[in-house]
Order: sequence, then structure tokens, then C-alpha cells
Amino acid sequence: MTAVLLLMVIIGTVCGDLLKAYAMRRQGPPSSLRGRALRRFAANAARNGWFALSLVAYAMSLLAFMAMLSYEDVSFVVPATALTYAVETLLAAWILREKVDGRRWLGAAFVVAGVWLVA
Amino acid sequence: MTFKTKLLLAIVVVANAAGNLALGYGMRSRGDISSLPPIEMLAAGFASVASPWVLCGLVLLIAFFSAHTLLLSWADLSFVVLVSAIGYVLVVVLSATILGEHISAARWAGTLLIACGVWIAGSTPESTVDSTT
Repeated sequence: MTAVLLLMVIIGTVCGDLLKAYAMRRQGPPSSLRGRALRRFAANAARNGWFALSLVAYAMSLLAFMAMLSYEDVSFVVPATALTYAVETLLAAWILREKVDGRRWLGAAFVVAGVWLVA
Repeated sequence: MTFKTKLLLAIVVVANAAGNLALGYGMRSRGDISSLPPIEMLAAGFASVASPWVLCGLVLLIAFFSAHTLLLSWADLSFVVLVSAIGYVLVVVLSATILGEHISAARWAGTLLIACGVWIAGSTPESTVDSTT
């Protein structure tokens, strides 16, 4: 059961982040971080289909995460999702066409190795 | 890295770590729901919101989600994901200094690797693509 739930957390998080990043790139940033601009930003996000899809993926991830937390320690569950760092960097370069240079790949390798050791 | 990126990254890191801890504490008090059939697990998941710890965890995770969403409107996903891993460093350092927990050499080594990774990834441009493409 743990493996299935862990897979649901990882897939839900990765898909949610990718869909949200795509939605936000299409929408663009708010004009400022003040009330009115933020309300307009939130209203635009609520009308964005890609953003809505990301919420579905996050909901799956959150429910699986909560189910795991009901019997596993946080110190196991959180580091066990370390794989998302490598997968998301790879997919951000491949699908979102982000220019991930050598330095960022090196940073990703350090983070994944570090999270694995901390776990 | 701009000031608004640093500010939102700080909210992302702190709200995520605190939210996970509160949610973990609340769900552990609730008992194991993973053995329930899917529909009942779903119902139990929603019912857990009645716990103040679960509710507090969810509020913090909503703050994390909002800051994360805003960040992604101008910064790369690969940048945000890697730099926000500094949360692991924060948790280990706070566990050692405030809670007085014993941290093994392997965990300190891992923490150092994460800090190096965050520093390297943080030195790259926060955005490498045009928005609205």
C-alpha cells in the first residue's frame, strides 16, 4: 500500500507542478503584490483550465499524502518524495522548454543526493 | 534573485515545513486510514479537517500553495523546485539547535549537499523562458 500511495503522491505532485507552471506562464505575473492586483491574479487563475487540472492532480497527491501520514512518520514520507526533484527538473526542461544549464543540473544532483542521505 | 522572489521563497519554505508537521501530527492522532476502502478513505480524509492540527496544516499548505503559484508566474519550475529544497536544511538545523535532536554524520552530510545544491541552483537565472509562450 505504501508504494502505491507514494507513487500517487509523486505523480500527483509532478503533474500538478507542471500543469500549474504552464498555467502561470500563460497567465503571467501580477502587476504588483498588492490587494487589487492579487485579486485579479487569483480571478484569472480560477478561469484557467490548466490551473484547474493542476488542482485535480494536487488533490490526488494530498489525499494519498494524508493517508500515508496516518501510519508513517513525516521523516519517512517527506524525504521519500525526493525523486520529484529529479523528475520535475527533467520534465521542466523537456515539456516546459526551460533552459536547464549545467549548473542547474549540478544543483539538482546535489539536492537529490542530499535528500537521499538525509532520509 | 529579486527581493520578491526571496520573500515568496521564504513563505514557501516555512509554510510547507510547518504545514507538513501539523498535518502529520493531526493525521497520526486520527489513526491509520490507509486500510479503508477508497470511498471511506476519501470520507475519512475530509472528516479529518475537524481536527485543529489538520485544519492548521491545511491553512499553512494553502499559504504555501498560493506563494508557490505566484512564484511560478515569473520563475522557472526547475528553479523554484530546487531552491525551495532549502526547507530540508532548515528542518535539520532547527531540529539540532532548538529541539536538541542528535543528527547523524550522514544527515549532516546530506544537509550540506542540499545547501550546496540550493546555492548552485540559486545562482542560475530565475527565469529562462518568456511568459505567455
